[in-house]
Amino acid sequence: MADEVILLDFWPSMFGMRVRIALAEKGVKYEYKEEDLKNKSPLLLQMNPVHKKIPVLIHNGRPVCESSIIVQYIDEVWKDKAPLLPSDRYQRAQARFWVDFIDKKMYDASTKTWTTEGEEQEAAKKEFFEALKTLEGQLGDKPFFGGDNFGYLDLSLIPFYYTYETFGKSSIEAECPKFKAWVKRCLQRETIAKALPDEKKVLEHASGMRKNLVLE
Amino acid sequence: KCKTLTMAEEVKLYGTWSSPFSRRIELALKLKGVPFEYIEEDLSNKSPELLKYNPAHKKIPVLVHNSKPIAESQVILEYIDEIWNNNPILPQDPYQRAMARFWGKFIDEKVLATRMKANFAEGKERELVTEEFFQQMEFLENELNGKDFFGGETIGFVDIVAIVVAIWFPLTQEVLGVDTFTEEKFPVLFKWIRKITEIDVVNECRPPREKHLAYVKARIEDLKSASK
Repeated sequence: MADEVILLDFWPSMFGMRVRIALAEKGVKYEYKEEDLKNKSPLLLQMNPVHKKIPVLIHNGRPVCESSIIVQYIDEVWKDKAPLLPSDRYQRAQARFWVDFIDKKMYDASTKTWTTEGEEQEAAKKEFFEALKTLEGQLGDKPFFGGDNFGYLDLSLIPFYYTYETFGKSSIEAECPKFKAWVKRCLQRETIAKALPDEKKVLEHASGMRKNLVLE
Repeated sequence: KCKTLTMAEEVKLYGTWSSPFSRRIELALKLKGVPFEYIEEDLSNKSPELLKYNPAHKKIPVLVHNSKPIAESQVILEYIDEIWNNNPILPQDPYQRAMARFWGKFIDEKVLATRMKANFAEGKERELVTEEFFQQMEFLENELNGKDFFGGETIGFVDIVAIVVAIWFPLTQEVLGVDTFTEEKFPVLFKWIRKITEIDVVNECRPPREKHLAYVKARIEDLKSASK
């Protein structure tokens, strides 16, 4: 029986990107469905009635929601290729911990960096970069957070590179050289280069968001 | 020396007696018969060990297994389930596992926050947030769907996480003197609450009632006076 895999997504979503990268790493064929978040499809509302959010993976008719949960599901189902979570159980727990850290400490700060101004934006930038520094400490001298191989924590963090690129180049922010090198390594992977939207498009979308928020 | 004994000697749990996040780890360890050393933390005076083992959040619970720390209660639960695989907490099937993780996340990230807001909001906001809470409880009831427990015939990951709803919610409600979360509105959930609180090991891992009541009363007084 052929697998039917559908991804409900929104192209600039950092959470959607995680799932796209995971599917690409595993070589899973899927149908991509773009959602208009201002006009959510009946399918999305049916498949994610609790949160009504993307991304949603629909595998043979059954929905899986929440990006971190979807990625772990993908890793467990398509387990014969490109393992995403570490095989060592302690390292697995650490990967889960740090993805939770990203979601708790970096996401809101990143969003505020894009959508606020003045003092609020400065505070958000500071929070974002402090969290990034903490994560950089986890990288050490390894090529990827997963060690020699690209994995769960890597793909969960790489979508934030747009925030770093856009707001991290001023002299005010602390330099994160290891992070920069890691970003470069990630972007060299075909799976990631394909899953991540064009930087210009993302910037245009973000400035559209700011206009909609009527920022003077 | 056998390996099991070494593991038993090196399992430590840093927690607090009143925290549902800490208690759920005790429950998981007890369910699997894992001996452990428990260290009660004073959160107003955190130990150097806690700060060393969880520098990112500085929170309990932290499990230390053979000197290696793991933090975040749901991450710890999964770790425990992988290391000690008797009496499994998570299902084997990947889809069921995803569902269990989904409901666990829903409870900790949405239900708890909504409940807090509903308890302390006023006027129109209170109405709206309470309605949101009712919707969340309905989702949970639907998930039970005729089963004894979220885990099926025996308690599992979601049940362990949801004990905060079974024990902490009614208790806080008692202290606040409100009756939004009732058997009348949620008969399926209350049936589950009765079933789960009949389990010996669950009761071994809950805060003693009188002490817990007094603690919650004091916390609520603090919150009320802080907001004035």
